[in-house]
Amino acid sequence: MADLTSEFVGIKSPNPFWLASAPPTDKEYNVRRAFDAGWGGVVWKTLGMEGPPVVNVNGPRYGAIWGADRRLLGLNNIELITDRPLEVNLREMKAVKRDYPDRALIASIMVPCEEEAWKAILPHVEETGADGIELNFGCPHGMAERGMGSAVGQVPEYIEMVTRWCKMYTRMPVIVKLTPNITNVLYPAEAAKRGGADAVSLINTINSITSVDLDNFAPEPMIDGKGTHGGYCGPAVKPIALNMVAEIARNPATADLPISGIGGVTTWRDAAEFLALGAGNVQVCTAVMTYGFKIVQEMISGLSEYMDSKDMTSVDQLVRKAVPNVTDWNQLNLNYVAKARIDQDACISCGRCFAACEDTSHQAIAMSEDRTFTVIDEECVACNLCVNVCPVEDCISMVPMEAGTTDPRTGKVVDPAYANWTTHPNNPSATAAE
Amino acid sequence: MVDDVFTPGIKAGRLEEGAYAAQFSDLHPPLDHHEALVAADRCYFCHDAPCITACPTDIDIPLFIRQIATGTPDAAAKTILGQNIMGGMCARVCPTEQLCEQSCVREVAEGKPVLIGQLQRYATDHLQQQGIHPFTRADATGKTVAVVGAGPAGLSCAHRLAMLGHDVVVYDARPKAGGLNEFGIAAYKTPNGFAQDEVDWLLKIGGICIETGKALGEGLTLDALKAKFDAVFLAIGLGGVNALGAQGEDKDGVTDAVDFIAELRQSSDLTALPIGRDVVVIGGGMTAIDAAVQAKLLGALNVTLVYRRGRDRMNASPFEQDLAASKGVRIVTHAVPVAVHGNGAVREIEFEYVDGAMKGTGEMLRLPADQVFKAIGQTLQGDGLPDLEGRKIAVTGAGRTSVKGVWAGGDCASGGDDLTVTAVAEGRDAAMDIHAALTA
Repeated sequence: MADLTSEFVGIKSPNPFWLASAPPTDKEYNVRRAFDAGWGGVVWKTLGMEGPPVVNVNGPRYGAIWGADRRLLGLNNIELITDRPLEVNLREMKAVKRDYPDRALIASIMVPCEEEAWKAILPHVEETGADGIELNFGCPHGMAERGMGSAVGQVPEYIEMVTRWCKMYTRMPVIVKLTPNITNVLYPAEAAKRGGADAVSLINTINSITSVDLDNFAPEPMIDGKGTHGGYCGPAVKPIALNMVAEIARNPATADLPISGIGGVTTWRDAAEFLALGAGNVQVCTAVMTYGFKIVQEMISGLSEYMDSKDMTSVDQLVRKAVPNVTDWNQLNLNYVAKARIDQDACISCGRCFAACEDTSHQAIAMSEDRTFTVIDEECVACNLCVNVCPVEDCISMVPMEAGTTDPRTGKVVDPAYANWTTHPNNPSATAAE
Repeated sequence: MVDDVFTPGIKAGRLEEGAYAAQFSDLHPPLDHHEALVAADRCYFCHDAPCITACPTDIDIPLFIRQIATGTPDAAAKTILGQNIMGGMCARVCPTEQLCEQSCVREVAEGKPVLIGQLQRYATDHLQQQGIHPFTRADATGKTVAVVGAGPAGLSCAHRLAMLGHDVVVYDARPKAGGLNEFGIAAYKTPNGFAQDEVDWLLKIGGICIETGKALGEGLTLDALKAKFDAVFLAIGLGGVNALGAQGEDKDGVTDAVDFIAELRQSSDLTALPIGRDVVVIGGGMTAIDAAVQAKLLGALNVTLVYRRGRDRMNASPFEQDLAASKGVRIVTHAVPVAVHGNGAVREIEFEYVDGAMKGTGEMLRLPADQVFKAIGQTLQGDGLPDLEGRKIAVTGAGRTSVKGVWAGGDCASGGDDLTVTAVAEGRDAAMDIHAALTA
């Protein structure tokens, strides 16, 4: 069995699966049970400054979208940071860390954008024995209205400034949690690095309205007839998170900045994908809020089996494995030609590929009287839509054409050489191939 | 209770009083809201879907299922009922496993079709239980049409004609409208008075007058109808029952299965309905199965269904055969009745086994029987009918008979496969043809 031991910015944990700062990590009772279930680490629900804690709404805090059989696909929330007193959280963190010394315990923090506020809270956190801190620059609702959370995360200069303060006032590793509610994630990531961050974690939740109540004409979740945007998370956001992680991982200025991957991690496979795209570990929230802490057992066994099958003995061997293959569009090989192929034995003749191709794509699938569906190579551009809409796995595949054969669509011979847009004759600013 | 089950003869109240309701409850309990959403989600929304082709009434099944999945079951019901005004009954009695669900791509791929029949019931029940009738009549045409027979074909035709603005009178020999839906289908397929509710709901269109107790030869003649109305639609079904051709079939206790089924359907107190201890049903169609299963449900100790050919040749679907077997009905094949024994009342019935060519093998089978139900097919009855083709009224196109101004559909007409859904389709299509003829 593969060794899943993880070391992230010097913080050790028995596996790379941490719970993200969120409702599941709001108190000792939960965190102890999470550790008992097998979670490698926990980022404690965000702490605020001393004094009266924040208050939450007393109506619904979550909205959702569902797939078949009410499978939860996306969740949004309007909950704020911890609404329990700072001293209670600190006391509980200390007790938990004492009893679970082999697990990672990270404190998420959000205090006003003032040096004194950060300087004041850090020693208290350090005193709990926490392994590190995560700066919550991502929370997109409520706290952002008060100049914290994503209001900071959207201004690279603030990120850099606060990160620098934290590095100045604590010996603990500093992880900067980024908001996806920006135009280009590289700016905040680079700012975090300039400020001395040990790592970034992403993504925090996405501004969202999950649905509209069509009887009361208000967004969900609705509080006494009104609603506000919440932070979106869960399986639906994974593609957005993967892209942002990959952008940071392949950006020369941030390639060496460790990443804690967050966003829709639900199974071992999701975790493996984040790791391959450059995350050093992953954080999970919605999946445990949906299924409970026990899912970590599947994540551990699944990742372990996968690594065994790839002869990987440590998590590090998987991290960044796919990063070299993430590139810009203009680097894609335009001489690569594929054609759709339908496995007639697997085909159940539903005709969805035909409807999709005929109505919305290239009219490249023929339908016979007896409902046999075949690809018209003269029209097929290998767009992959038929594969995506086919309800049968592996029924339709994209088969690359052999070099030297002629593409019946273009009449051109498939060139074995690599050539991309930068050298293409149709590109007005093409440079001659060397 | 054990005594009652073993008591010989034809006897009422074989079961404990409270047992009947459970025995005759819904064969397929309706889908609840969530079950319907899950079932609907399994539909692939196929292009040019095979299920539509397989439906005799061409219901746009993927569309109505998508309407259910998106939370608009009443819109789904309109999609169904626009094609098949008796979509509620068809959802209950259609042999979906041989029609839409057999052709469902998920049946082909996984052996688990989308539950089209149950989803159709979910949608139609949702609309009809609110008492909503979604269709309205066109401006009156001043034309009148007589429909003879208030079964699925006749009512379907009448509804469509009324919708198109014609005035319709529907005649039926029975005291109630509904035809086989009301008198000829097992009770557990349409419990709680659904057949009458459906008729009442259908008639909300207006413009349809039902006159019961009237049939061709019983107060009506085709000539008189032709003279009085602008068009006539014959949907008279098959009123006669074939004879066994076995010695002694006139003994007491030997009756027609259709009469037993009708009596059971009209009974308001099943505890008072007598049934034999040893029941033998002869036949291989839906009527035979319905009679055999209901005999068992009423508390008969032994029920044997005897069919002259193999199970693969039975008109009853494999689903129906399995249903009968699961209720404890013994199915004997390749045997023909030769003699009914008994002194006044039947005591035994004797069969001879036959080979595939229906040739007697000389091997005999004697079954104890205090009640025998004949279900070996029904025949057209009536004089002065349009020309026949074989033993049914010959029709061309959408139900046109040899007599100008007279159309026919349902079981009495040639072609089709004697299903409720086919009758509905034929009634609807004849109505469209009648409308075209009357407004030409």
